[in-house]
Amino acid sequence: MRTVGVGRDVIRNVRAAGAAEANSGPCAGTVVAVTASERDRKGDQPAGPWRRRLHVVTGKGGTGKTTVASALALALATGGQRVLLAEVEGRQQIAQVFDTPPLPYRERKVASAPGGGEVYALAVDAEEALLEYLEMFYNLRSAGKVLGKMGAIDFATTIAPGVRDVLLTGKIKEAVNRPDGTRPSGLAYDAVVLDAPPTGRITRFLNVAHEVAGLAKMGPIRSQADGVLAVLHSGQTAVHLVTLLEEMPVQETVDAVAELRAADLPVGGVVVNMVRPPLLGAKELRAARAGTLDAEELAAGVKEAGLEPTAELIAELAREAAQHAERVALETAQRVEVAALARPLYELPLAADGMDMGMLYRFAEMLRAQRMVG
Amino acid sequence: MTPATDGAQPPADATTPSAPKRRGATKAQGAAKGTGSPARGAGLSKESKDRSRGGGAAPAGQASGRVRARVRPQPAGVPRLDVDDMLDSEQIIVCCGSGGVGKTTTAAALALRAAERGRAVVVLTIDPARRLAQSMGLTELDNTPREVIGVDRSAGGRLDAMMLDMKRTFDEIVLAHSTPDRASQLLANPFYQSMSSSFAGTQEYMAMEKLGQLDAAGNWDLIVVDTPPTRSALDFLDAPTRLGTFLDGRLLRVLLAPAKAGGRAYAKVIGVGFGMFSKVLTKVIGAQLLTDVSQFVAAFETMFGGFRQRADKTYRLLGAPGTSFVVVAAPEVAALREASYFVDRLETDGMPLAGLVVNRMHHSDGRSLTAERSLAAAENLTEHGEHPVAAAVLRVHADRLRLAEREARLRERFTSAHPDTPLVEVEALAEDVHDLVGLREIGDALAGDERLARAG
Repeated sequence: MRTVGVGRDVIRNVRAAGAAEANSGPCAGTVVAVTASERDRKGDQPAGPWRRRLHVVTGKGGTGKTTVASALALALATGGQRVLLAEVEGRQQIAQVFDTPPLPYRERKVASAPGGGEVYALAVDAEEALLEYLEMFYNLRSAGKVLGKMGAIDFATTIAPGVRDVLLTGKIKEAVNRPDGTRPSGLAYDAVVLDAPPTGRITRFLNVAHEVAGLAKMGPIRSQADGVLAVLHSGQTAVHLVTLLEEMPVQETVDAVAELRAADLPVGGVVVNMVRPPLLGAKELRAARAGTLDAEELAAGVKEAGLEPTAELIAELAREAAQHAERVALETAQRVEVAALARPLYELPLAADGMDMGMLYRFAEMLRAQRMVG
Repeated sequence: MTPATDGAQPPADATTPSAPKRRGATKAQGAAKGTGSPARGAGLSKESKDRSRGGGAAPAGQASGRVRARVRPQPAGVPRLDVDDMLDSEQIIVCCGSGGVGKTTTAAALALRAAERGRAVVVLTIDPARRLAQSMGLTELDNTPREVIGVDRSAGGRLDAMMLDMKRTFDEIVLAHSTPDRASQLLANPFYQSMSSSFAGTQEYMAMEKLGQLDAAGNWDLIVVDTPPTRSALDFLDAPTRLGTFLDGRLLRVLLAPAKAGGRAYAKVIGVGFGMFSKVLTKVIGAQLLTDVSQFVAAFETMFGGFRQRADKTYRLLGAPGTSFVVVAAPEVAALREASYFVDRLETDGMPLAGLVVNRMHHSDGRSLTAERSLAAAENLTEHGEHPVAAAVLRVHADRLRLAEREARLRERFTSAHPDTPLVEVEALAEDVHDLVGLREIGDALAGDERLARAG
């Protein structure tokens, strides 16, 4: 219960931080050859909800990017939208988050959102994507099966450079652009959320279309790659990064933002995940960290609360308070690093009792309340 | 791309198949070292105290506020991973696990500890991020092992570290195993250039290749390998097989055919359905790319045999006595699930699993005060507006206990599925490890070495 209360506090802080940031002007800390105006053109918007058709979510391993992508899909679906949530790494992470059996290579509804929204999920498989591609464009599905027997599919999807990633991103592009005359928007999905490869590989993954376009001067791979590039650079896409307030994830986030910008890919917001609020005031944090927390006062309090203030217990409590203070101090330092990216920040609290569907809906609400989408 | 013809020298040495078989020799060496261990142990104890007092190379001001990793009590009924025994006797240790669980730090800490226990160690990281460089306090890591400065060499060991540069490794193989003409043709091929630098699977192949090279070089008693953060975390195990399937496949012969005898050769190789096959292949990858690929394959042909042989050899090396796999996890659902899967897979493949390292566990010595009582007491104080600091500290305690309990539950889930897998838990540190002092502490915690903790 308390976790949720924490979330609301966090939201208030973020709003305040967001307002401050909006006034601080374009980012100063980046040494990338992209001017502020260019970024604005690509839509690196400073505030307000992200109105994009494709949301790419990346993050270092262990930062909870699948959870954030899932919450974002729910948030986007809220109010009656239809959203596709896709994964491309063959790990079936989405099925685990939504507690459903492994996803087939078929779009399947996994959740409803408030206001009649729907979240569909898809685990994109490169081989299936290739077969579908052959069928769709050349009516060659049976030929594709022959190729499969010969190892050519394996070749094309795992050995040939970049072809696999082009097929995966190509499928995402197809879903983004898929028409559906029966829907008010005229499109099958109002938005697509991609649970993308981790930060270490994200730029290469998204940019592979560019690379393959250089490798294949013409032909179907080239046109597929060009189509992917068009979606990524059309202003319809934002690449969001998930991080924790720890050194390595923040470092990788900073690196990834620089790489994405250098590759001219649209950087979206930064989601700080698993935030734990300080439980001690500023003064006590300093004292706890310095090891000068008043042990007698602590013992008196423990006694007053009806507990036995043994020396061991008081020492352990002081030690735990010191660790807590140490962590808060490090998180504060990391928060400065994240803020220096000059990207809109969103925060989600640590789910102390683990994630479940209830928490996922709360996270979606929190993302909407922080105006990440909506 | 201008391949220097004289650049073939270094890797050629490292990969010479006729390099002396050193496995047996190293074993004997290891045993000899073992006999000297009492003296060394005594020395280490004294040093450790010095180290912890002085704070070693830690920046000033950091050591004071630092909360040290304590040795965690072993969970009841679970065999403990004997880290020191492994470090003293093995020749290869492979650290694997999903991303973000502290795999690189664990690999570096194990390597440092082995080096300071007297072995000549090299640690190979495959991760393109600068993590190891950061945690080893190094600013530059290239494809060559370099000695890590600041390692205590008094026991006679040393530590080298390197980061895999997959393109360079690939280039080196090409240069070492073909004629200058052929090499330059290959290095200039656009398909090769793309494959050697960006294709996801190349990293795994080259990691295996590099491990084989390091092993063949015979310069180290122990090689510690950090595995790539792959999709499945297991791709590197499959790399040799996949490469083999590809190389043995009819597809390869098909791709070779046009370069050798013109397009008609397709028909001879696959017999029927030539028209459709060539049509589809051209459609899938495009005519121009297909030409590049077949030229690449033709230029590569002479090297494939050796490639596969080495990959097979490295795979066998992984399953041989002298190798241990350490699965690394964090107390999170996804990471432990991956670890579980990993343990099963290693068993299926007959790979030697040493055990599981669970990093980042939280722990409290004040478990006699339960989270519920602690929280109730805090509420009570707050209600009466008394002792706000004590109330806050009691909340910190309750928070920590709840986290610790949840982590223990998750870990137990793993243990009940794998009751015989030895494990060791490492306590969460407030601060990321980025120097040798921190790595030593992790090493102490891994090995259950309480000397440092007591001295601190």
